[in-house]
Amino acid sequence: MQAQPSPTNMEPALSIEILMPALSPTMEEGTLAKWLVQVGDTVKAGDVIAEIETDKATMEVETIDEGVVEALLVAAGSQGVKVNTPIARISSDEEVAAPTPTPPPVAAAPAPVAAPASAAPSAPVALADPEIPRGTAMVKVTLRDALRDAMAEEMRRDPDVFLMGEEVGQYQGAYKVSRGLLEEFGDRRVIDTPITEHGFAGMGVGAAMAGLKPIVEFMTMNFAMQAIDHIINSAAKVHYMSGGQISAPIVFRGPNGAASRVGAQHSHDYSSWYGNVPGLKVIAPYDAADAKGLLKAAIRDPNPVVFLEHELLYGIEFDVPEGDDWVVPIGKAKVRREGTDLTITAHSRMVGFALQAAEELAALGISAEVIDLRTLRPLDTETIIASVKKTNRLVTAEEGWGPMGVGAEVIACVIDGAFDWLDAPPMRVHQKDTPLPYAANLEKLSLPNAADIVAAARAVTNR
Amino acid sequence: MAAKKSSGSAAVSPSNLVNRDEALAYYRDMLLIRRFEERAGQLYGMGLIAGFCHLYIGQEAVVVGMQAAQKPGDQVITGYRDHGHMLACGMSPREIMAELTGRIGGSSRGKGGSMHMFSKEANFYGGHGIVGAQVALGTGLALANRYRGNEQVSVAYFGDGAANQGQVYESFNMASLWRLPVVYVIENNQYAMGTSVARASAETELFKRGISFEIVGEEVDGMDVMAVRKAAERALEHARSGKGPFLLEMKTYRYRGHSMSDPAKYRPKDEPKQVRDTRDPIEHMRHYGLENGLFTEEDLKTVDRDVKEIVADAADFAQTSPEPDPSELMRHIYVEA
Repeated sequence: MQAQPSPTNMEPALSIEILMPALSPTMEEGTLAKWLVQVGDTVKAGDVIAEIETDKATMEVETIDEGVVEALLVAAGSQGVKVNTPIARISSDEEVAAPTPTPPPVAAAPAPVAAPASAAPSAPVALADPEIPRGTAMVKVTLRDALRDAMAEEMRRDPDVFLMGEEVGQYQGAYKVSRGLLEEFGDRRVIDTPITEHGFAGMGVGAAMAGLKPIVEFMTMNFAMQAIDHIINSAAKVHYMSGGQISAPIVFRGPNGAASRVGAQHSHDYSSWYGNVPGLKVIAPYDAADAKGLLKAAIRDPNPVVFLEHELLYGIEFDVPEGDDWVVPIGKAKVRREGTDLTITAHSRMVGFALQAAEELAALGISAEVIDLRTLRPLDTETIIASVKKTNRLVTAEEGWGPMGVGAEVIACVIDGAFDWLDAPPMRVHQKDTPLPYAANLEKLSLPNAADIVAAARAVTNR
Repeated sequence: MAAKKSSGSAAVSPSNLVNRDEALAYYRDMLLIRRFEERAGQLYGMGLIAGFCHLYIGQEAVVVGMQAAQKPGDQVITGYRDHGHMLACGMSPREIMAELTGRIGGSSRGKGGSMHMFSKEANFYGGHGIVGAQVALGTGLALANRYRGNEQVSVAYFGDGAANQGQVYESFNMASLWRLPVVYVIENNQYAMGTSVARASAETELFKRGISFEIVGEEVDGMDVMAVRKAAERALEHARSGKGPFLLEMKTYRYRGHSMSDPAKYRPKDEPKQVRDTRDPIEHMRHYGLENGLFTEEDLKTVDRDVKEIVADAADFAQTSPEPDPSELMRHIYVEA
């Protein structure tokens, strides 16, 4: 990882600031774990000057400049250091004999762990969840660790459950979702595969047909397109084609949809693809409690389940009920905010935008009800229809493309079940009909956000 | 690397290869498949069987020889030309034929059809219509055997056409890497639908296809049930003893077209007749048994009569079993709680 140099106007012309680097496209901040240089040291390009950490990884920071370390601007051990914050200053003038005296760095107070600014508010505006028994202690857990906990708990509970996929073992998961599982369960149950999605997905289905309960991790769901034949033709159809004799109790899981600046081939939302297929169950949770509870339910389910995660949610902390018996039923949507003027449906990361939009709409005097679909197949049409019968207006929000999409399906359900209650034509919010572009501005233009939901809500309410 | 051509039937020593019971059983099992398939072809012509129907006629020695070497609990999985495999596994001719006619008495309650049948009881895992899919699935069955630490071997059949699918080699790689107990059986019947092996494969000696994965391969005369059994015993023992996968290329031939609608104009007109006259697996067993005094013409007449009855009974059942109740349409989409 190379540090970003930044010439600064404040210092003599030959000083260069070293900035806090991003370790991944989605990193917003990290911990400066350790300095490997001191003020006064001479460094040259390629020297490792520091170690930084996120919840996912530890990386070394190299300088690309030559000179003398003038100042360390952030103390070792500082947490929550934002990307692009100056962390050190180097004089590139080799003739500077002595460093400019600078006050020793002040130990920064650990910054609160903040959600990426681009994501929704980290604390969901949730109603009291009727599923959570009164008195249950809640713990703050990142969505990433909630998924890991779900797998670990189910693997402890059922010896037939195992995990296979690329980098799930020794590497601890490409996104660190399977951290610690290899150590606890060994390589019989945490299986590192070659990069061979078609093959290992098929093998997972074969093992499931033999009665085991594999969890197949795809590094991203984009790569599952290599394996989609086995997900659909082998897993989803086998129970029907065998007249009920054979089943495939398997979970296919991985991050789905747009990450951040990773381009068209790594940013595809497959919700509607899998949601189209009888024989599959399809889950796309928003917060960590649902991610944990629904993944546990998916692993216990005797059918093939496609479990769509979102990379931009992995690092966000949410409240999760303590203990190992938190299971959320598949097929139940969740009303995340009650309202009277319109219904907004969303799933996965779009739930955050929908909640943000509902806040903004409230300021405009519009009361929005937000439904987190959570499960896409079977879709909880009952909850959706009941809500629209109350609000009489509907906006659907999804990250994927509109045509033949989740929103189209939700609207069709509402036409079926609540046509006479509708006071305005429903509207869809979705990604623009383009492959996802790389350029920051174009990517932003293509992806749907809270403002799009607000605009659609104002249109359907005429306000 | 151990990829070798084994001796063909001509070189098989006649001494003590099979005893009387075995010889009669192989003859009977191959004849049952032949007569069953002939009847299926007839019912297809009568419009009682629809869709795709791929007949196994000519290839009978492969499944019968393999099955003879397997142990109870070993799993079998194959592609769409699957009727022979199911009969060899011990599934009832009635349930197979009734599935072909789309009736409730079929093994998949009429919902699978010719290419999609299964039997947990008979350890038969399909019956798969996507060329090559069964290879990854079969390797997964082997993974399950390894996971459970049992002694079972998975036998994954596929054709010379499937041998060009990428997932076959993904599976070879993992099976060898993890030494999974699986025997891959390539049924090389010379034509992938209408395309000959030479027109589709850069390396036509398919038993060599495992070499770069360190998988032992062997070419076998797939028209000689005894040669098949011998090779199968070696391959199964290899896999069962923890040495990993084994690849058998069965040189065989299908007498009929690819499916019922195929007039097979892509091959010389007299080619099937020539094979039938010189290499027919049932005739071979018959001559071998008679010449070596393993059974008599009388024995064979009894077998012929029994087989005829079984097939007639299956065909009757397949025509009298009712169509599935409309309520079946929405059943078995998901596992019923």
